[in-house]
Amino acid sequence: MDFTLLDGLMPKDISTHGYQIDRLLEYLHWFMLLIFIGWAIFLTYTLVKFRARQGHKASYDEIKAKPSKYAEIFVVAFELVLLVGLAVPTFAYVRTDFPGKDKNPVEIRVVAEQFQWNMHYPGEDGVFGKTRPDLVASDNLVGLDLSDPAAGDDFVVPTMHVPVDRPVVLQLSSKDVIHSFFIPVMRVKQDVIPGMSIPMWFEATETGEYQIACAQLCGNNHFRMSAQFYVDTEKDYAAFLAENAPGGDDEEEEEEEEDE
Amino acid sequence: MSDHEHHDPGFIRKYVFSVDHKVIGIQYTVTSLLFLLFGFGLMMIMRAQLAYPQGDFSFLERIFGEAGFVGGAMLPEFYNQLGAMHGTIMVFLGVVPLAVGGFGNYVMPLQIGAPDMAFPKLNMASYWVYLPGGLIMLSSFFVEGGAAQYGWTAYPPLANTQPEYLGQTLWLVGMVFLITSSLLGSVNFIVTIVQLRVKGLSFFRLPFFVWAQFITSFLLLLAFPPLEAAGVMQLMDRVAGTSFFMPDGLVIGGRPANVAGGGNPLLWQHLFWFLAHPEVYVLILPALGIVGEVIANNTRKPLWGYRSLVYSVIFLGFMSFIVWAHHMFMTGMGQTLSIFFQTTTMIISIPSVIILTALILSLWGGSIRFNVPMLFALSFLPMFGIGGLTGLPLGLAASDIQLHDTYYVIGHFHFVVAPGTLMALFAGIYYWYPKATGRMMNEMLGKLHWIGTLVFLNGVFIPMFVQGLAGVSRRLYDQTWYEHGKEVQNWTVASSWSAWLLGIAQIPFILNFFLSLRAGKKVGENPWHATTLEWAAPSPPPHGNFTSEPVVYRGPYEYSVPGDSEDYSPQFVQKA
Ligand code: HEM
Ligand SMILES: [Cu+2]
Ligand SMILES: [Cu+2]
Repeated sequence: MDFTLLDGLMPKDISTHGYQIDRLLEYLHWFMLLIFIGWAIFLTYTLVKFRARQGHKASYDEIKAKPSKYAEIFVVAFELVLLVGLAVPTFAYVRTDFPGKDKNPVEIRVVAEQFQWNMHYPGEDGVFGKTRPDLVASDNLVGLDLSDPAAGDDFVVPTMHVPVDRPVVLQLSSKDVIHSFFIPVMRVKQDVIPGMSIPMWFEATETGEYQIACAQLCGNNHFRMSAQFYVDTEKDYAAFLAENAPGGDDEEEEEEEEDE
Repeated sequence: MSDHEHHDPGFIRKYVFSVDHKVIGIQYTVTSLLFLLFGFGLMMIMRAQLAYPQGDFSFLERIFGEAGFVGGAMLPEFYNQLGAMHGTIMVFLGVVPLAVGGFGNYVMPLQIGAPDMAFPKLNMASYWVYLPGGLIMLSSFFVEGGAAQYGWTAYPPLANTQPEYLGQTLWLVGMVFLITSSLLGSVNFIVTIVQLRVKGLSFFRLPFFVWAQFITSFLLLLAFPPLEAAGVMQLMDRVAGTSFFMPDGLVIGGRPANVAGGGNPLLWQHLFWFLAHPEVYVLILPALGIVGEVIANNTRKPLWGYRSLVYSVIFLGFMSFIVWAHHMFMTGMGQTLSIFFQTTTMIISIPSVIILTALILSLWGGSIRFNVPMLFALSFLPMFGIGGLTGLPLGLAASDIQLHDTYYVIGHFHFVVAPGTLMALFAGIYYWYPKATGRMMNEMLGKLHWIGTLVFLNGVFIPMFVQGLAGVSRRLYDQTWYEHGKEVQNWTVASSWSAWLLGIAQIPFILNFFLSLRAGKKVGENPWHATTLEWAAPSPPPHGNFTSEPVVYRGPYEYSVPGDSEDYSPQFVQKA
């Protein structure tokens, strides 16, 4: 489809579902523009035609405004179509249509805190180790319980890597206050609320380096609560996993070297 | 101020602790205009940081000192204080007190032909609870840690994370005062409108402005109590160790938080928005009322579809109570809820469209006078239109994914409340100034004020849509931290310069407001040749308002009635 009104105003879209959101926004803005221009023409014409002047009198009678009835019906119909036809299905798709196991999704837990994002990868076994708030420490940012056998291969890094063309499922939680996980190019946003663990999914279609943003005021350094976001080829992604697997290199987990 | 003179109530009773609705109305108007100016001032400082995030603000540091600046750089916490207090002051200390406390108090009793409010002492109490509430808010800038800094929405847990700072506590105490004040006012308004209408003034002869105030009062009465309760709960969380809004297992700053837990942060959001959405209509309905009055008067013809206007406003009032969670689409709510709130949001747009359409159609067939009040009222229409239209993408959850909590939202609601409501409030000031003072405001200065305000308001807020679409989050101390923020930084700079020029554009207004008190052209009772009852009273009206009790003979907007020699037939004049 050829999007013209918002092209150049919005960041590029590298997600599989994003076109649905962009399409909705595009239609909405055309609709808004149309109505606004309609008003503007009517207003300008009316103000000139009915300006007070010598010999001109106001008419007491109400005009029969058939066109306004049609305009109102048009507005209602359009909103209904957008709501039922696009908005509700899109939101349902984004929020509930999680990729099944057959799609082999990547699973990552995201633990937000003032003012950083901790990406908790389950490691080779694909199972997240247990976490407990009382175990949180400066060298154990998510409170991983190392006595849990599933925790041994887990690792936590401050940047997110995902493979291209493969669905990603995130579990979002927060240690302290409300944050909001936002990747503009991925057309995803989800509030991260302490006391809750909220799932979210997306699938990237293009490799590259992007940014995760925090969209909810979370304190003094809210403005710089960003994280790098890499969409890797399968090969690079495997390398990233291997590099960060605990026990291998004695590399500091937080450290990040990217070979694009 | 001698005690033995029984007839003269004395200066204090007359001008300070007055029970006269007009004096109280003027007290509210002047106080809230000062607060608006103050809130705008905060924003002008913020705009400096936004435009020049690495800038050297030594000149500001000299004024504000160490608390907000270090080595010429603004501190993020100071920026956040400015933001939270700007929002709070503009909404709760500026626009609502001006629209309801000011205009409502002054104009409504006159328009229904009443000598005063139903409960004059309650009315006085309302102002004297409002003022300390405002002063408490302002005083919070001077305490350790500064003013509230968690946004005007004060979401917990964030708002509870620094209990040692008094700022947020004072904010909550201030809010309790302001809410109490609004509750006192709204009960009074409702009773007054129901009980004190003069003979002949049936409900469907009420001026549209009175209808708008009537519905506004119901909104205040029904929506504020939950927030008052929520405010007290958050206060208890801060000072008494409860944890209504604090869940288990919090780890703040690397240490387990010392809270009992078991609370729910989303509960606050529900309670807050249950107020704050109707509050949006509290900000807009009186403005619509003013615009209706000014348009009818200056087109010299009846308002188009008066009844559908009234029904729409009533419907809007009802609906405004069931749309609140459209502010919370991104909290992870389920499908059923999100469909419900998307649907109600689309439904509430219908009466809004009807109202705007009716006001625009009212122009057709008129004989339009372009005086200052009318210029402001006319500008309101497209500005409010932009505000309403840009609400659509935010009201549909799918498009809200991209726009929620970005500058698009800031652009949207400011178009409603700043280029929208503020324009209408200015229209109201120019329109009723002669009634309140007996003198006209200067036309030239007024037009200068109008054009500057219109141009620069757009200059401030249109860039925000660009920022928002680009994905820039709101409440950012420095958007250039992000790549997508850097790309639209030029728009931010333009917005800031517009804001400063907007400030300069207010100078003619301020001059006009004071100079016209002495130098304005003197006017009689009805300088605009208007039809509603406030124009039956002398300008300014004496204590008790009317020299003799008026009687109402017809509807509110009988302009250009065929066969009449004049082009207006006031409600209060009996004609053959
Ligand atoms: C007329 C000049 C005004 C200007 C230049 C202005 C500018 C701004 C800007 C730039 C922000 C965003 C700050 C940020 O995200 O960091 C903001 C926030 C806000 N403004 Fe205004 N505004 C104006 C008038 C108003 C009025 C009249 C109202 C209300 C009736 C209002 C209510 C708010 C609210 C509620 C917020 C949100 C504060 C928060 O994030 O907690 N503003 N304003
Ligand atoms: Cu954050
Ligand atoms: Cu944040």
